[in-house]
Amino acid sequence: MNSSGGKGSMSTASSSAAWKAVDSVPDQFPAGLRVLVVDDDPTCLIILEKMLRTCSYEVTKCNRAETALATLRENKNGFDIVISDVHMPDMDGFKLLEHIGLEMDLPVIMMSADDGKHVVMKGVTHGACDYLIKPVRMEALKNIWQHVIRKRKNGWKDLEQSGSVEEGDRQQKQSEDAEYSSSANEGNWKSSKKRKDDDDETEDRDDTSTLKKPRVVWSVELHQQFVAAVNQLGIDKAVPKKILELMNVPGLTRENVASHLQKYRLYLRRLSGVSPHANNLNNSFMNPQDETFGPLSSVNGLDLQALAAGGQLPAQCLATLQAAALGRSTAKSSIPMPLVDQRNIFSFENPKLRFGEGQQQLMNNNKQVNLLHGIPTTMEPKQLTTSQSIGNINMQVASHGVQSSQNNSSLINMQVAPHGVQSSQNNSALMQMGQPQFAHAPRLPLSVGQPIISNGVAANVSTQNGIRENIRAPGYNPVPQTSSMLNFPMNHASELPGNSFPLGSTPGMSGCISKGTFQEDFNSEIKGSVGFMPSYDIFNDLNQHKPQSWELQNVGMTFDDSRHSNSLQGNLDLSQSVLVQQGFSSGQMSGQNRNAALVSKAMLSAGDSTEPGNPLNASQHLNSLPVDNTIRVKTESVADVTDNLFIDHFGQEDLMSALLKQQQGIAPAENEFDFDGYSLDNIQQDQINGIIRTDE
Amino acid sequence: MRRQLAIMRQSLFDQGYLDEQFIELEELQDDANPNFVEEVVTLYFRDSARLILNIQQALERKPFDFNKLDGYMHQFKGSSSSIGANKVKAESTLFREYCRSANAEGCLRAFQQLKKEYATLRKKLEAYFQLARQTGPLETASRPK
Repeated sequence: MNSSGGKGSMSTASSSAAWKAVDSVPDQFPAGLRVLVVDDDPTCLIILEKMLRTCSYEVTKCNRAETALATLRENKNGFDIVISDVHMPDMDGFKLLEHIGLEMDLPVIMMSADDGKHVVMKGVTHGACDYLIKPVRMEALKNIWQHVIRKRKNGWKDLEQSGSVEEGDRQQKQSEDAEYSSSANEGNWKSSKKRKDDDDETEDRDDTSTLKKPRVVWSVELHQQFVAAVNQLGIDKAVPKKILELMNVPGLTRENVASHLQKYRLYLRRLSGVSPHANNLNNSFMNPQDETFGPLSSVNGLDLQALAAGGQLPAQCLATLQAAALGRSTAKSSIPMPLVDQRNIFSFENPKLRFGEGQQQLMNNNKQVNLLHGIPTTMEPKQLTTSQSIGNINMQVASHGVQSSQNNSSLINMQVAPHGVQSSQNNSALMQMGQPQFAHAPRLPLSVGQPIISNGVAANVSTQNGIRENIRAPGYNPVPQTSSMLNFPMNHASELPGNSFPLGSTPGMSGCISKGTFQEDFNSEIKGSVGFMPSYDIFNDLNQHKPQSWELQNVGMTFDDSRHSNSLQGNLDLSQSVLVQQGFSSGQMSGQNRNAALVSKAMLSAGDSTEPGNPLNASQHLNSLPVDNTIRVKTESVADVTDNLFIDHFGQEDLMSALLKQQQGIAPAENEFDFDGYSLDNIQQDQINGIIRTDE
Repeated sequence: MRRQLAIMRQSLFDQGYLDEQFIELEELQDDANPNFVEEVVTLYFRDSARLILNIQQALERKPFDFNKLDGYMHQFKGSSSSIGANKVKAESTLFREYCRSANAEGCLRAFQQLKKEYATLRKKLEAYFQLARQTGPLETASRPK
């Protein structure tokens, strides 16, 4: 790729600053718009580049999707819009789309010589903001800036209304006390506190200094409030207005609730589809977990803890889940991680990061792990499919429709309230998050079907790519169709042994491990390895996950941990709003998840065949990671993970050791889900799941 | 010579070898990139030769993998349309239809035809650019009638 020739370095701060505020568009706008073009056809690429330059845009071209993702990750705010071809050899354009949506939340325009209705529709469902038919003409390119503005505008609106925290604030959220109350908002908003009062959009924007559009961040608490409200009203009668009233959160709008509800509903549907169990866990999320966990044979507390995606899973839920899981003890073994084939957008931070695979793919998936977190962004079923097969982490974990706005692809199906996560796509990321995490799977089809098995993150990461690793964490419900099997090289361990995640089999469950525990534990270790998020990149092969999508903002998803912290950071860029990968990062997955995640990571990396053996271990570790349930959706962490993942495949060895350590200390998920969204402590699975995005 | 060039150019349009997309390319040419069109076209022929070869090889393996063939052709078509290679594009569309209906015979025939058109276009454009280089910068592009 050549960097944009025009202004020199990409991400010109000035231009970004210029666009920060929607209403203060600089005069020369849209000149200087920073575009990333991805197309494997060199002829088209060069023509597009020239056309865009002629429009006075800053152009960077890529002929490979993975490169594009890597570039995007490296320069989080370096681009304003992405134009991508649909048919590419290394990764399906839609998967890339999901990843980007999840991780970076940038507007993406799809292109193709194909003008068939179904393809265009696919673009729509995956969240593309436009679709161009080749040959592309100049006129079509001249107006692409509108998408940037539009997105920003929408984001700002959300920001104002809900006081969503921007990426930067995410960290605050991590502390999981990100209450959404007004005071909290202020607290959370580093910069925009005062904005809210003034309701001054502009100021807000400036403060937040982020180009990305802010979204409502569904922190664990907020989500819990939401769930409580829904339960109180009865899922059938729960209408946004009433929910909003019950929740009584200042700054939250009916629209926020409505979209969140939608995702939640999808998630639930998914959960019920996955596991017959009724939710009896307290949180509505929990219930799903049960079900999902069902197969997870031994959803030992670990998983549950981990699952407690984003802290959503209260301890008791975990217990319940675990019990359920144990009761089930069905052979999870083949929990095919239905890792969200779709892009499981694991919003979880974890998921993505966890996959130490550093594979981009994983990351992709991770992204998708948006699952569980908070606001499942556009929960499009598609989204769930982890584009990266990695995402197939059947993170049983809350299969929230982790679809974070837009790219919820491979949502780690966190068992927790499967919000639309999986939608059709392979929610592989079934993160068995104890909590129904709304996986905001922004299009991250986290195929993480990893059921966040409490025990071993049996993340059945079924990456679509065929790596159907059923990471079966004990107790993980095999995530439905983990179509996106994570390519975890770890496919071996199909069954995570009891508590220890048979990560061996479960490929890279590491995706979604709830960050809760992960974070801590993994951080150190997983860093490299787990980084599911990044590992989603591993899915390069898998093509599915949107790596990095794990920016799971899912709070809590353990990505906060070590692993993610590093890599997550990178990914955190994902939808800032979206709690990334909800819960995936929950380190909850006591170690197991992590393992899973790692595994997934590994698997993901498998694409690169990274440490194949290791992943398993990693997964193990993941599982054992004491899921703190502080799934902090750390975008940052996710980002870190991503980076880590990518880069190095996560030193599997490191991961492994980390995991092993984790295992020992599988701390009971403290349920302090950090997630801002859903701290899937059990995100380990998620992570793995995240990684295992199911391909579509 | 300019006139000669203009006539040659016009005939390419009139005969359907090129379409408006070519004009788009011409419009992109400027002082900074005075040979932009030629560069792109050269790149196209180089890259598409590879695709043609792939298709050729795929057609030598029986039974035909129509999906794969369709995939290659899709790429080829995309490329060709981006430079305005009209006839070539039409042949690729035909080929794809045969693929979709799993018509092996049709595919072979269409491919032969496509190769012919491709070779013809190449020759014509080579001649055109050669003349253009001799003539100097091209005048404003004019749309074909």
